[in-house]
Amino acid sequence: MAAIVGYGAYVPRYRIKVEEIARIWGKQAASISSGLYVFEKSVPGIDEDTATISVEAARRAVKHAKINPKEIGAIYVGSESHPYAVKPTATIVAEAIEATPELTAADYEFACKAGTAGMQNCIALVKSNMIKYGMAIGADVAQAAPGDALEYTAAAGGAAFIIGKEGIAEINDTVSFTTDTPDFWRREGEPYPGHGERFTGEPAYFKHVMNAAKMLMEKLGTKPSDYDYAVFHQPNGKFPMRVAKKLGFEKKQIEDGLLCPIIGNTYSGSSMLGLAAVLDVAKAGSRIIVVSYGSGAGSDAFDITVTDKIEEYERQGIRKMLENKEYVDYATYMKLRREFE
Amino acid sequence: MREVAIIGIGMTKFGELWDKSFRELVAEAGIQAILDAGIEGEEIDALYLGGMSTGRFIGQEHVGPLAVEVAGLEDLHLPATRVEAACASGGVAMHQGFLAVASGMYDIVVVGGAEKMTDVVGGEATNILASAADREWESFFGITFPGLYALIAKYHMHKYGTTQEQLAMVAVKNHYNGSMNPKAQFRRKISVEDVLKSPLVADPLHLLDCSPITDGAAVAILAPLDIAKKYTDKIVKIKASALACDTLSYHGRKRFDSLPAAVEAAKRAYKMAGIEPKDVDLAEVHDCFTIAEIIAIEDLGFVEKGKGGKATEEGLTALDGEIPVNTSGGLKAKGHPVGATGVAQINELVMQLRGEAGERQVKDATIGLAHNVGGSGGTAVVHILEAI
Repeated sequence: MAAIVGYGAYVPRYRIKVEEIARIWGKQAASISSGLYVFEKSVPGIDEDTATISVEAARRAVKHAKINPKEIGAIYVGSESHPYAVKPTATIVAEAIEATPELTAADYEFACKAGTAGMQNCIALVKSNMIKYGMAIGADVAQAAPGDALEYTAAAGGAAFIIGKEGIAEINDTVSFTTDTPDFWRREGEPYPGHGERFTGEPAYFKHVMNAAKMLMEKLGTKPSDYDYAVFHQPNGKFPMRVAKKLGFEKKQIEDGLLCPIIGNTYSGSSMLGLAAVLDVAKAGSRIIVVSYGSGAGSDAFDITVTDKIEEYERQGIRKMLENKEYVDYATYMKLRREFE
Repeated sequence: MREVAIIGIGMTKFGELWDKSFRELVAEAGIQAILDAGIEGEEIDALYLGGMSTGRFIGQEHVGPLAVEVAGLEDLHLPATRVEAACASGGVAMHQGFLAVASGMYDIVVVGGAEKMTDVVGGEATNILASAADREWESFFGITFPGLYALIAKYHMHKYGTTQEQLAMVAVKNHYNGSMNPKAQFRRKISVEDVLKSPLVADPLHLLDCSPITDGAAVAILAPLDIAKKYTDKIVKIKASALACDTLSYHGRKRFDSLPAAVEAAKRAYKMAGIEPKDVDLAEVHDCFTIAEIIAIEDLGFVEKGKGGKATEEGLTALDGEIPVNTSGGLKAKGHPVGATGVAQINELVMQLRGEAGERQVKDATIGLAHNVGGSGGTAVVHILEAI
């Protein structure tokens, strides 16, 4: 068996409203907000990047899990905005949380699902007794070209999960659905991702998320009503709501994990932050389905049952953290994103 | 000149067909039409294929032989011609097919139209479509088709008091009709409020005033009337096929509240058919933007110049109105794969005239008219069909 031993989340405190971005580009904020179901997004501080966000999330996970970081045998950081093209973020995290030197570490990239791919590897290493604990992080300071549709959602944040044999939530199973689908990409050296616009919907996000969810439920013989909570990758607020409806989930099952409307799309952090927000409120016995999505394209689905151990676990209170925020205007946003350098 | 009939039709579903290539679209519509006509491939004498900008949408020119290959008729060395006239490519292909049969040169002629538009992203589709305007004097300076039709709409509103609500009513009607067309891209009914609340594209045109980007193909098979009976009992005759052109640029026109080429094409078609506008039972018109339908029903003589908005508001063109317009959903709701549109309009008329239009069937439809426009009116094609 493999289980979540602890989790930690971090989202920078700066926010920019959709209205403010729309004002600059002469767009109608109301139709963008209602179209995307996103109202504001997080913005990294000028000294924040995927490494600092990963470290913040990792520290919180270790603190709340109350484990010895030296016992972490693997750290994987999934991101599409690693600060270095060559030189791992994972080693920075490992050093910062004092997990070095007896561990394996690597950076992953699979668009927005690299973090959950890391989780799957940690599960495998734990189950095969190669390591005691593994840490998987999904974090991003998401890139979007100024003026592009992505700019309304591309946000910053991340979550870290510690995987071990026993913990606050058992991971009953995980499956993946993967194809070669070029819906969203960024070539080496390019500052911003390109995307296929509406092609990123039906043949990309919906196809993969729905197939992964169905595969998992078919394998386990479960149905939507068996789950107390559902988390689907959140490129915007609308897609996870629509996919939930299509699969037969109700709104109340996805509400707790739906952070995108207030923080935007944290790319690799998105579905993992959603899961963290659910664990903040879940009870012993709660069953959770999580489906990530990474462009290119694939989805990882997880079936999770919360254990009694959650009762004594000091939860982070992610929604509380998100209340501490400061709004910035577009020029400040551009400065913080270092667009003027 | 021989009389010409349509003996078979075929059409793919219109929409964002991510998993279908241009080749597959052509094959699908072609096979449907051949089955509908009940002909053998070997009976085909010639092929005309309308495509506006296959070269820029999918990097493939020379689509005539592509269609021959798709049809598996390479051993016949079938004469195949690709026809380009912007958004009127399909209509002009129909005109060419008509001439080929009427002249006695060919008997069985397959006319197709196809476009695969969703493989390009960003402003590329808008830019490609803008190549139907005058590149040197219009497109280079940044005007796009929504921009051009917005100018036309503004002028019409200024001169005749046409309102934004009346524009919206065109979209509402066409979405309603489209909701009954299984092959339409949009089958969702919308309200005037939905249109007015949708994002502004080019003032006064909102998103829901504009036809979408669409993949699709349509085919019609023509034959001389005297042998058409061999293939079908439900004969639809091409009573008129008329083509008229004008300046490429919008600013070069003699008037701005009308598309003079469409007026002329209609005049020629009515004369050829020996009918008047009031004899038309239903029409498929080129509603690339809502204002385009208002101008079309005026140019076709269904209403006086300037009264198109009011007539739409009063329900003249509704499915149960005096002259139902765009029963298929039109370009607005059915979708607008530019090169296919002219042939798709013919598909709808043939279905209506055969009484096979299902829920959206117009009662006792005998005469149908198709109005297909290229660019801002540089090309206009009008076909009049009759059930006999």
